[in-house]
Amino acid sequence: MAKIEISGIYKIFGPNPKRHLQAVTKGLSKDSLLADTGHTLGLQDVNLSIEEGELFVIMGLSGSGKSTLIRHINRLIDPTSGSIRIDGENVLNLRQNELIQLRRHKMSMVFQRFALFPHKTVLDNVAYGLTVQGIDKKNARVIAADWLEQVGLQGFGDQHPHELSGGMQQRVGLARALATNPDILLMDEAFSALDPLIRKEMQDLLMKLQQQLHKTIVFITHDLDEALRLGNRIAILKDGALVQQGDPQDILLAPQDDYVADFVKDVNRGKVLNAHHVLAKPVSTLTTQTSVTKAREWIMRHGFDYATVLEGPYLKGIVTLNALQSATEDTIRERVSPVSSVLESADLESLMPRMIRDTAPIAVTTDNGEFVGWVSRTKVIRLISPAQPIGQQDPVGELTE
Amino acid sequence: MAFPEILNARALRQGIDGFVNQLVIDYADTLERLSQPLLNFLVFVEQLLRNSPWYLVIAFLAIIAWFGSKRWTLMVGVVLLMLFIGVIGQWDRGMQTLALMIVSLVMCLIVGIPVGVLMSLSERFRKVALPVLDVMQTMPSFVYLIPVVMLFGLGKVPALIATIVYAVPPLIRLTDLGIRLVDHSVMEAATAFGATRRQKLMGVQLPLAMPNIMAGINQTTMMALSMVVVASMIGARGLGQEVLAGINRLEVGRGLLAGLAIVALAILFDRVTQAYGQRLQYPKQGDK
Repeated sequence: MAKIEISGIYKIFGPNPKRHLQAVTKGLSKDSLLADTGHTLGLQDVNLSIEEGELFVIMGLSGSGKSTLIRHINRLIDPTSGSIRIDGENVLNLRQNELIQLRRHKMSMVFQRFALFPHKTVLDNVAYGLTVQGIDKKNARVIAADWLEQVGLQGFGDQHPHELSGGMQQRVGLARALATNPDILLMDEAFSALDPLIRKEMQDLLMKLQQQLHKTIVFITHDLDEALRLGNRIAILKDGALVQQGDPQDILLAPQDDYVADFVKDVNRGKVLNAHHVLAKPVSTLTTQTSVTKAREWIMRHGFDYATVLEGPYLKGIVTLNALQSATEDTIRERVSPVSSVLESADLESLMPRMIRDTAPIAVTTDNGEFVGWVSRTKVIRLISPAQPIGQQDPVGELTE
Repeated sequence: MAFPEILNARALRQGIDGFVNQLVIDYADTLERLSQPLLNFLVFVEQLLRNSPWYLVIAFLAIIAWFGSKRWTLMVGVVLLMLFIGVIGQWDRGMQTLALMIVSLVMCLIVGIPVGVLMSLSERFRKVALPVLDVMQTMPSFVYLIPVVMLFGLGKVPALIATIVYAVPPLIRLTDLGIRLVDHSVMEAATAFGATRRQKLMGVQLPLAMPNIMAGINQTTMMALSMVVVASMIGARGLGQEVLAGINRLEVGRGLLAGLAIVALAILFDRVTQAYGQRLQYPKQGDK
């Protein structure tokens, strides 16, 4: 079951939205709805399912309805029709006090313009969600102080929000949202108001926290670089309708239409994509205990130049046919030659010089050194070349054949 | 050319007179009884101020000024103004007027802030309340002094009520405005964290509206002071009575000294409430 299941959401703004719903579902366009009735079509037939623990990015230009959409999840805005299920429960059926409980315990929100309480200290801002729950001030402050430290603001608790810089204010916003320990974090253009360096810092902080916390995060942005950097999956919204959703590679490599292609065009792929995106998993791997004859046979059968050798989850190196030709011992242990490796999170830009300098395979490992696969040269070339909308000729395809 | 007579104004007038007379016959006793606590409160404050040694009163006001403004210059100013009132021989009458001011201000707070809050919450109530406030502010006070005196009799209570009617509108308006001006995104944040209406009002809206509410309190006190002379015509004692006596007897000096004392009180109230309001002001977010 998906954590958040949004189905068939329509939102029409205006004095009498229900009356025009049918015309819209039958395909009346946003422009003609506005011209004919003065109603604005905010969202049309949006369907999304967001899985537990994923960082789901909703992207679109201003006016595309992304901020409207995220406000449907905690019902700051009610849809004209459709359903929103959280853990299987349709939140549109909740009574007012049940809705308040949902907002207090299950989800929280980070805002574009921070929306901190200017009359409260930083510590009391972070504690807000807890005090609203009815936790007494003293305990709430203890928990809040801990979160303040997690976002790197220890010692700032007694200041007021206006005394902090924008980046620090949004750290407070993030701590405030996390303090209630919600399952779901709604982030409405949370980093858009920050300057680029601070934005990158905040993205890193978010990713670091997410690695420990595994929240379900819905992240709104108009910035594709940010979307690609953060998102496990990305949905692109245009004029209130979804045009494409998929993982970052899908969006980069196969933009569904010109709107998405336009978005993708100017992305610095070398920065956005990392080794994880160009991963090729070996068909199968050998261990240091594999016998020489078996290894030799395996390589020849697959027609490869080399085989991957692991020891437990860690990479030992590669073994080539050449190295095995003259081997007399039982196992391949002594014949394994080491290879260089990069972290999964290394961006393509840093990979490129190594690939050009050196034709040896480059291994990809996780932060704690476990082997995940090899850098695929074909994928690298495909990913860094400009995207074409589907159906158009792919010049790189020919090159790589 | 005379305007054609469409309805009988004379009959209308008499109808209203009859209605009010009936009201007085039916309710005057009840109203007087109901207003007794108000009178007791006023008398209590007045006795307290008049019977306390003058230096204690000044010290007390100086302390309030200090906590309101945290500026020692203002505190010294308050002391000097109060000394001035004493020096020109208006201390006792000044205390009577001060008591009337304090009680009418308290009553204005009790009435004005809840009404302002209601206006900010309900568009419908606001539509009804706004024209009523307009009438309260523009109707010459003598017009409602007559029925108020008829209902409550001459004395302190009608003076108090007339003062409240005249002085409360700015507080109501500014409370309403202050709450409406609270940053929409901050309210949205409170809602998103599951705050109830009450939690939003007490924890976010009212604190953030405080600078505007203080401006309202400031306006209300100023307007209440300007009613002092009118109030004295229907039996309130104090500085207004002295001004009135000055007019009646054509004694410029008597009127002027009392008038200066009123001005001194006005400056005192104004500066202290303004300074407190400024201290409540928070810079907007994003400004740095």
